[in-house]
Amino acid sequence: MKFDSAATTNPIDRLKVIGQPLDRIDGPLKTTGKAPYAYERHDIVADPAYGHVIGATIAKGRITAMDLSAAERAPGVLAVVTARNAGVLKKGNYNTAHLLGGPDIQHYHQAVALVVAESFEQARAAAHLVRIDYKAEPGRFDLHAAKGSATAPEPSDLTGPIDTHVGDFPRAFAQAAVRLDETYTTPDQSHAMMEPHATLASWEGDSLTVWTSNQMVAWSTGELATTLGIPPEKVRLISPYIGGGFGSKLFLRADVVLAALGARAAGRPVKVALQRPLIANNTTHRPATIQRVRLGAERDGTITAIGHESWSGDLEGGGPETAVGQTRLLYAGANRMTSMRLAVLDLPEGNAMRAPGEAPGLMALEIAMDEMAEKLGIDPVEFRIRNDTQVDPEHPERPFSARPFVQCLRLGAERFGWDRRNARPGQIRDGRWLIGLGMAAGFRNNLLAKSGARVRLDNLGVVTVETDMTDIGTGSYTIIAQTAAEMMGVPMEQVRVVLGDSSFPVSAGSGGQWGAASSTAGVYAACVKLREEVARKLSLNSADAEFVDGEVRVGNRSIRLQAAAAEGDLVAEDRMEYGDITEKMQQSTFAGHFVEVAVDSATGESRIRRMLAVCAAGRILNPKSARSQVIGAMTMGAGAALMEELAVDTRRGFFVNHDLVGYEVPVHADIPHQEVVFLDETDPMSTPLKAKGVGELGICGVGAAVANAIYNATGVRVRDYPITLDKHLDRLPDVA
Amino acid sequence: MQRTPDTGLSRRDLLAAGAVTVAATTAGSSARAEGAAEIAPANEVVVALQTQMQISFTINGTVKELNVDTRTTLLDALREHLHLTGTKKGCDHGQCGACTVMVDGVRINSCLTLAVMHEGDSITTIEGLGQPGELHPMQAAFVSRDGYQCGYCTPGQICSAVAVLNEIEAGVPSHVTGDLTAAPEASVDELRERMSGNICRCGAYSNIIDAISDVSRSPA
Repeated sequence: MKFDSAATTNPIDRLKVIGQPLDRIDGPLKTTGKAPYAYERHDIVADPAYGHVIGATIAKGRITAMDLSAAERAPGVLAVVTARNAGVLKKGNYNTAHLLGGPDIQHYHQAVALVVAESFEQARAAAHLVRIDYKAEPGRFDLHAAKGSATAPEPSDLTGPIDTHVGDFPRAFAQAAVRLDETYTTPDQSHAMMEPHATLASWEGDSLTVWTSNQMVAWSTGELATTLGIPPEKVRLISPYIGGGFGSKLFLRADVVLAALGARAAGRPVKVALQRPLIANNTTHRPATIQRVRLGAERDGTITAIGHESWSGDLEGGGPETAVGQTRLLYAGANRMTSMRLAVLDLPEGNAMRAPGEAPGLMALEIAMDEMAEKLGIDPVEFRIRNDTQVDPEHPERPFSARPFVQCLRLGAERFGWDRRNARPGQIRDGRWLIGLGMAAGFRNNLLAKSGARVRLDNLGVVTVETDMTDIGTGSYTIIAQTAAEMMGVPMEQVRVVLGDSSFPVSAGSGGQWGAASSTAGVYAACVKLREEVARKLSLNSADAEFVDGEVRVGNRSIRLQAAAAEGDLVAEDRMEYGDITEKMQQSTFAGHFVEVAVDSATGESRIRRMLAVCAAGRILNPKSARSQVIGAMTMGAGAALMEELAVDTRRGFFVNHDLVGYEVPVHADIPHQEVVFLDETDPMSTPLKAKGVGELGICGVGAAVANAIYNATGVRVRDYPITLDKHLDRLPDVA
Repeated sequence: MQRTPDTGLSRRDLLAAGAVTVAATTAGSSARAEGAAEIAPANEVVVALQTQMQISFTINGTVKELNVDTRTTLLDALREHLHLTGTKKGCDHGQCGACTVMVDGVRINSCLTLAVMHEGDSITTIEGLGQPGELHPMQAAFVSRDGYQCGYCTPGQICSAVAVLNEIEAGVPSHVTGDLTAAPEASVDELRERMSGNICRCGAYSNIIDAISDVSRSPA
């Protein structure tokens, strides 16, 4: 099915199931520990061998000698896989560095060996017997030092244009009545999902099956085949439960390749989980940025010039953090520029983490907007409203499909009690605490991707949906079941959803907040086809047939749905594709984030007291799971504002704090009760369900809202994230 | 470096490997390496490869006998030997709380303790609390409050939550308990403090606290 014009009324609009805040259908499995994750498939492979990964202990250089003999003779050891004995390995398109290093080492903790043994303990012990000598070479590990050498990267679909210019930015900025020119930094961040990357691999002849933890089943199936040099049809990848991803599991990673190689070497199934201390340096991370924002405005607050430049680093062949993207679309302004520059760094591979681009980009832009509002003497909410645009500012002929941005801000301000904010910072006290309110805009584009599904009706009236879509905690199982239930007119209990298997139709997968809208549109398409099959089987006119309460009705006639499958299952498969509808109109999602913080006047410690997000993301398919997406993203945004930072050892080239103690993420004590409001909205330009993504919107802008609240509390502006107490302690107002 | 005659491994390798126990013997005597089955000949370094131990403990009300490697954590004994994979391995270093179980009613990180240290203990895992269709009240509250997303920290959160309410009931104070002489209450501040050893990267904290509060408020 092709979606190329605005959605009209369809069975989804009945909203009997869609739009309801239903409990997740995978809830009972997850809360009882019965949902099987990749490392736990005792039901499938009774006696796997265990792999232990060895990571390089230099950032750049070569392995000069490797002695496996002691490890190979250690108790229980079945095989030791290295680049020397693994055969030819290619590199997948989505990987920047090789997943098995040697003799050349491209980054710290790049995998260089897998020790396979009968037991986990034996593999781990034997791994310590592998002797590796390295010759380290000097590398470039410091973004600030490398900034001058940064160049314009090659544009791609992911980056968009590298440099943009509209009007005459330099002149407009120079002539602006009020100007802001500030530089902000965001650090390297780690996804730190709870389930380590893990894979169980099993060969049958030349066919490979991997049970793994991966957000993008089709991508990674192809990448695994490419890496191993085997035909894609010889690879099956199964990923039904994923213990968090946030972008870290978008791509093929070392656990998959090493498990496959280990299983081949040992002649039996092997499972591998990346040890937690390896994950930060072995896998990908969100790259650090240096961002310069320039704003020029009239005294009445009208922006006349808006410029945003970003510098980031990556391995040779890698890409930039696209931190300027939102600045092209979020605010009006006749004269505009953005640019991205990329430095070559020999740190681990940078890549997507929840809302790549917008998350760090808004951390900078939305502090700049707060600073500019203060310079202008205009309330930060009003300043943003004054610069709203209903069209793409670079292409005014291109409207937004829906843009209730102002409503998000106004409703948020009202709900939060924004009028109680004192515009003069450092004024409000609660005992020893300095109190501040802050806000920021949230913005993230609605991306859509081709997505397919297969739907089956059996003679008990059970509807089974099969798609390679994944559920990384996002609620895919549930919203897909809701879609099928609504379309086929059956209760949720009559729907089965099976996900994450490469033998199923290819879906959009989970990433870029495209999963929910895209995958449910694919299920919609398959259900439309199944409805036609049912009508044909029952000799009804499908255009008139209504599917409701387990029946198919036309006029006065009413037939039980399962009657259509009396002679055998009915199966329909289709996918949703998109015409140029997204080019004619800009589809985006919007939020207003509001935060109250308390800063300890003696220690400088910041505590978040209240958080509110008002979101506009089209129809909300399930308000309960969508709200969870937003509060989770707000939590990650709070971490970005206050604590998250991979500390770079700029001499040896690695992230020092590479575990869950050193890399601090928010815990219960850091997060207050969170409020989320969804605007009652539909976007018929998006999909037949009129829904848009929401999973990343929630993080976009949160960091800046926290930063602005801290400034409002203290009067000390910190432009380098995270805002730890050492960055403002010496400048806090005197305690009376 | 001295090489042991029968394996070619250096003494340092053996210590590093941790898989073996080494005992050097003196002329004219024989020695039995700890845990080794054989009497070693004189003048040889004994390499004992036996690292297994028999253990018996009660898991979710059922007595289990296991032959485990002495290095096997309680977590891996549950997951890899007993196939009770509801208890999760998030870090294996006591940093995340995903492996939380209750030993004789007290919550611990099962990755930070060896299985052989639990001879005779009674251990409750997530599987011992409830099953689909027969959920423990805390599991049901997590479902209705959507106190989870990816589900990987969830069993640990739930085990911790059940134990936290027991701790409060028993009068155990926490870092945020204002009055050490009064009975602590299940306030949101107390719950947040006590639950802070269980990381949820999906960020379901706000909902988890709602779920625990629901259970603590409901009549026993």
